[in-house]
Amino acid sequence: MTELIIPPALVLLAGAILTGVTRGIARTGVLLLAPLIALWAVWQVPDGVAVTASFLGYDIEPLEGSSLRRLFATIFTIMSFTGALFAFRQAKWYELAAAQAYAAGAVGVAFAGDLITLFLYWELMAIFSTVVVWCGGTPAARAAGIRYAILHLLGGVILKVGIEGVVVHTGSVQIDAMLANSFDSWMILIGILINAAAPPFSAWLADAYPASSPTGSVFLSAFTTKSAVLALILLFPGEPVLIWIGLYMVFYGIVYALLENDARRILAYSVVNQVGFMVCAIGIGTELALNGAAAHAFAHIIYKALLFMSAGVVIYRTGMTRCSDLGGLFRTMPLTTICGIIGALAISSFPLTSGFTTKTLISVAAQQQGLALVYFLLAAASAGVFLHAGIKYPWFVFFQKDSGLRPKDAPWNMGAAMVLFAAACIAIGVFPELLWTLLPYPVEYDAYAADKVLFYLQLLLFSGLAFFLLLPLMRRTLTISLDTDWLWRILLRRFGEGVLTLLRLWGRRAQGLLNALVDRAGPRLMRQLSSAGALGGSWQIGTTALWIAVLLTAYLLIYYL
Amino acid sequence: MKVSEENSPQQKQPQDDHWLVRPATIRKLWIVFIAVLAVTVLAQLIISIKGYFGVDGWLGFAAVFGFLSCVAMVLVAKGLGLLIKRPESYYDD
Repeated sequence: MTELIIPPALVLLAGAILTGVTRGIARTGVLLLAPLIALWAVWQVPDGVAVTASFLGYDIEPLEGSSLRRLFATIFTIMSFTGALFAFRQAKWYELAAAQAYAAGAVGVAFAGDLITLFLYWELMAIFSTVVVWCGGTPAARAAGIRYAILHLLGGVILKVGIEGVVVHTGSVQIDAMLANSFDSWMILIGILINAAAPPFSAWLADAYPASSPTGSVFLSAFTTKSAVLALILLFPGEPVLIWIGLYMVFYGIVYALLENDARRILAYSVVNQVGFMVCAIGIGTELALNGAAAHAFAHIIYKALLFMSAGVVIYRTGMTRCSDLGGLFRTMPLTTICGIIGALAISSFPLTSGFTTKTLISVAAQQQGLALVYFLLAAASAGVFLHAGIKYPWFVFFQKDSGLRPKDAPWNMGAAMVLFAAACIAIGVFPELLWTLLPYPVEYDAYAADKVLFYLQLLLFSGLAFFLLLPLMRRTLTISLDTDWLWRILLRRFGEGVLTLLRLWGRRAQGLLNALVDRAGPRLMRQLSSAGALGGSWQIGTTALWIAVLLTAYLLIYYL
Repeated sequence: MKVSEENSPQQKQPQDDHWLVRPATIRKLWIVFIAVLAVTVLAQLIISIKGYFGVDGWLGFAAVFGFLSCVAMVLVAKGLGLLIKRPESYYDD
């Protein structure tokens, strides 16, 4: 390679560092320009391996381009820019710097040509996403951040075990498509799936993201799960188990979101739901399905960030996050309401929004493979998405009842970021070809066939009817819902406390026995140690010399043995 | 959550004077909504939906399927809620 290629991840990392050393307008410039330069750099990365290096005796490929990798890196950098625009006046500088380093990790994963590079950037994401969670600044955020870090570092260890295994057994650090058919590949799959919020580790997402600051959750929603989706597309396309894991995630997200009262937690559960669609598509594994997974990830980052932005504005302006406290905000927050509704329609794959053009790719892929059960479950899930995110979220936050709150609408930069992403949701919905050209495989697909539009309109609008008829069943309660993390947050802790109590009990009993022994044997021992006793008294010189001679002989004997 | 002074919401008396929440408007919205629902089903008489697995081409299949799926999901969530819902302070000690 003669021409200079700038690794886009390093541009973002440099931006993160410069954010810390600049002030005022210069810092704003760094925050907004670094992602744009990184976006330019993304499009300079050619197909194939662009950079090679040697690391710990391995030949690694820190930069490898392909249309799929550029697609993900593109949306990661666009997200980094729009997130910075949304947050730069409201968030702490260290949150913004951490978010940019976090984006650098995601972009690095996107271009990682080998498993070692992938792992390094993977851990970079884990570290800086934890910092973003901590920037929530509350005791709850601190605790959630620690739980988040433990789980992600554990996931990293599992991934590393798998990578080591592959390297030992094949001698190659290349990223090649594999199936989960050996211990090594299972470890890699599990390590990636933990970041994708797959069962039984889905709970971390709804635990950590809603604890972050109003701006932090916008960044968090984008990178970790979607870089895991990319890793799955690269490493496990067509792995059948992913179909069922994906479907589980889809319905898990819906049911938990329906039970939830916290606005941002509703959105967090719907991240799991949407990633489930992508994971399922990767399991189907045809070119159409993988196109669907990639396109849906692209569209999802935009509308999910838009939804978290609208929730972030509400929290920033009101300080409230429970649906039971909110309601009626459309009166004074029209822009936020409209942007929230556009995001909600896009996630529900309503015709003319981005979600419609990307999610139907996945359904068609299932149908073409003759997977009837998967096809109908995905259709039911689409109805469920409209129910829990498409209507429930905007309804309870912006309409529902009049909470009496009359907050101001979004500050200008937050509003601009929302308008940008709302426009993108509609642009991809109306002109899907814009996105088709970026996809890894050629697309011959008419997103707006009349019968398909009609099918989805019926499906979605009657879900809307179901929502309003079933409203009495969905009264908000001041509750949380237990998840698998109960096992380690409660059961494991109780077990640990039980063990400690038992040890304390044994310790006390052992001490009692010791005390009794001392009480009985002590006086006799003391007598021996006193000047009158055998041990305490002064000895004759002869006796002393005799004993020294015995000891030295014993020592000599032991030495020669 | 920290709320700066200028951002604190002005607490006003709840008053449902907005045109969107007046009962008359809501009645009209329901009428329009039901009309749209009817149109989406009846439109199938003109635009035939290709059924890939047989049943999905029936008249109003997506409507019934979507509606019943939602009812099922809400009921499952409700039932599961009895088991797994806890007070918000459950994890705090």
